[in-house]
Amino acid sequence: MWVLLAIAVVVVGFALRINSMLVVTAAGIVAGLIGGLSPVKILNAFGDGFAGSRSVTVFIVTLPVIGLIERYGLQHQARKLISKLKVLTTGRLLALYMLIRQGTAAVGLTSIGGYAQAVRPLIHPMAAGAAERKYGKLPEKMQEKIKGFAASADTVGVFFGEDIFVAIGSILLITGFVDTTYGLKLEAIDIAVWAIPTGICALLIHGSRLWLLDRTLDKMAAQADAEAEDEDEEVAR
Amino acid sequence: MIKVEWFYWLCGIFFLLIAMQAFTDRTNRKRLGSAAFWGILGLSFCYGTFVVHKQAPSWLLGIAVIGIAALAGAGFPGRGQERTTTPEQRARFADRFGNKLFLPALVIPVVAAIFGAWLAKVKLGNGKPLLETGSATIIGLGVASILALAVGMVLFRPRSPAVPLHEGRRLLEHIGWAAILPQMLATLGLLFTASGVGKAVGRVTDHLIPKGSLIAAVALYCIGMAIFTIIMGNAFAAFPVMTAAVGWPLLVQQFHGTPAVVFAVGMLAGFCGTLCTPMAANFNLVPAALLEMKDQYGPIKAQIPTAIPLLACNIVIMYIFAF
Repeated sequence: MWVLLAIAVVVVGFALRINSMLVVTAAGIVAGLIGGLSPVKILNAFGDGFAGSRSVTVFIVTLPVIGLIERYGLQHQARKLISKLKVLTTGRLLALYMLIRQGTAAVGLTSIGGYAQAVRPLIHPMAAGAAERKYGKLPEKMQEKIKGFAASADTVGVFFGEDIFVAIGSILLITGFVDTTYGLKLEAIDIAVWAIPTGICALLIHGSRLWLLDRTLDKMAAQADAEAEDEDEEVAR
Repeated sequence: MIKVEWFYWLCGIFFLLIAMQAFTDRTNRKRLGSAAFWGILGLSFCYGTFVVHKQAPSWLLGIAVIGIAALAGAGFPGRGQERTTTPEQRARFADRFGNKLFLPALVIPVVAAIFGAWLAKVKLGNGKPLLETGSATIIGLGVASILALAVGMVLFRPRSPAVPLHEGRRLLEHIGWAAILPQMLATLGLLFTASGVGKAVGRVTDHLIPKGSLIAAVALYCIGMAIFTIIMGNAFAAFPVMTAAVGWPLLVQQFHGTPAVVFAVGMLAGFCGTLCTPMAANFNLVPAALLEMKDQYGPIKAQIPTAIPLLACNIVIMYIFAF
């Protein structure tokens, strides 16, 4: 049971924000020592594990071509296409952005969205702008709501889209780990295909919550108006 | 037969070229340590071939791996000045090339899928498969990247063939040591299994569910993935632990679940945990800061009502399709 301390090393190390590579290595050494492996066996396990899971890092071969198309304006082109969504309401805009984010991530184009690249400069201003057109100046509560949902559209979209693409860390980690540890021969694409049902559920659940955000905002705006009126009355009294 | 090791050597050579570039990059203040990091990594990828074939001792690679982790802990690799186009140039290029920009990127999934789904089944004249068994997708990915690069070079005609290498280095230096963290976590999974961590967790979780109940075991794996991910902030770290404890011994060995479904959906159950945890700062706290939110947990609050039903969906999907 003491070997569970190795998990505690990971939890504490990550919580203290120590470099993850160091934490992982330390946890491996702790597990090996408590588990009764000799130092040479621990080194052998590190070597065998690393050699057996090289497939996990193969995604890096896509970097030169992704970098090349970024050089020639990939993100600008994506931004141009996304800015056509401007005519929509806040909720519909975020729902469509999530669909685009998930669909592009599913074919490996994870670099066209992101918080710094798209949400902050493009998606949030468009979403907030649409709400301001409808409700006028937004109370802080509504601003916060729109910000939170704008970030979540990106996160949920990319999480449950990228797993459908084969060259992604999570898919390669699965095949790398189970093939080395249990001697299976799993194809990455078979794993990726089974990410599709969950991807559809994520789109339906979060997409409809984004779509219905307009109603929530309506309610919040009505409530804010009522509160403002109450205050006016009090002032008048 | 096309062997997967060729593509590991391609990765190794790519890392070694990056190491050489980093070594000569005077704008990178950590150039020596960076060159060492990428260089050792590149050599490890090539040396790994001999380890897998039991032609060379593993412990030597083990020392190299710990060395790489130590370099990461010491703050390497660093970044040099980016050699790429300015935003203005990019805007002009985007006007010129338009939607053609998406074309090279789309080559990658299409070709990889052709390899994984179709060429994987093709046999050579001597009855051996064309692509090494179990690695067709990885091989496809390597071929796809080379083809995509060729398409990109023809479309955009950069002035030198070194341009994609510099662009690749820009992205890789941006990712830094995190590029090999998933591989390190897979390695940790092997160590955890060898030292009995999975079995220990399994002994704890055995008491939690009624014996012989499939739905309870599926729920345990999925909810366990989500909870471990919430604690560790990383589904990749939770996966080896929960798989060694429940996924492999219970779901695959005892209940004969289809491994591909069990593991794919298990990982996604972990992602539901990622949506809920401040430990995954990159995904949950960074956007709150970028959007200057008053409540730094705003994105998490927007995500929890999605994460809970989605976790339930994962349990149902695994229960229906894996057994």
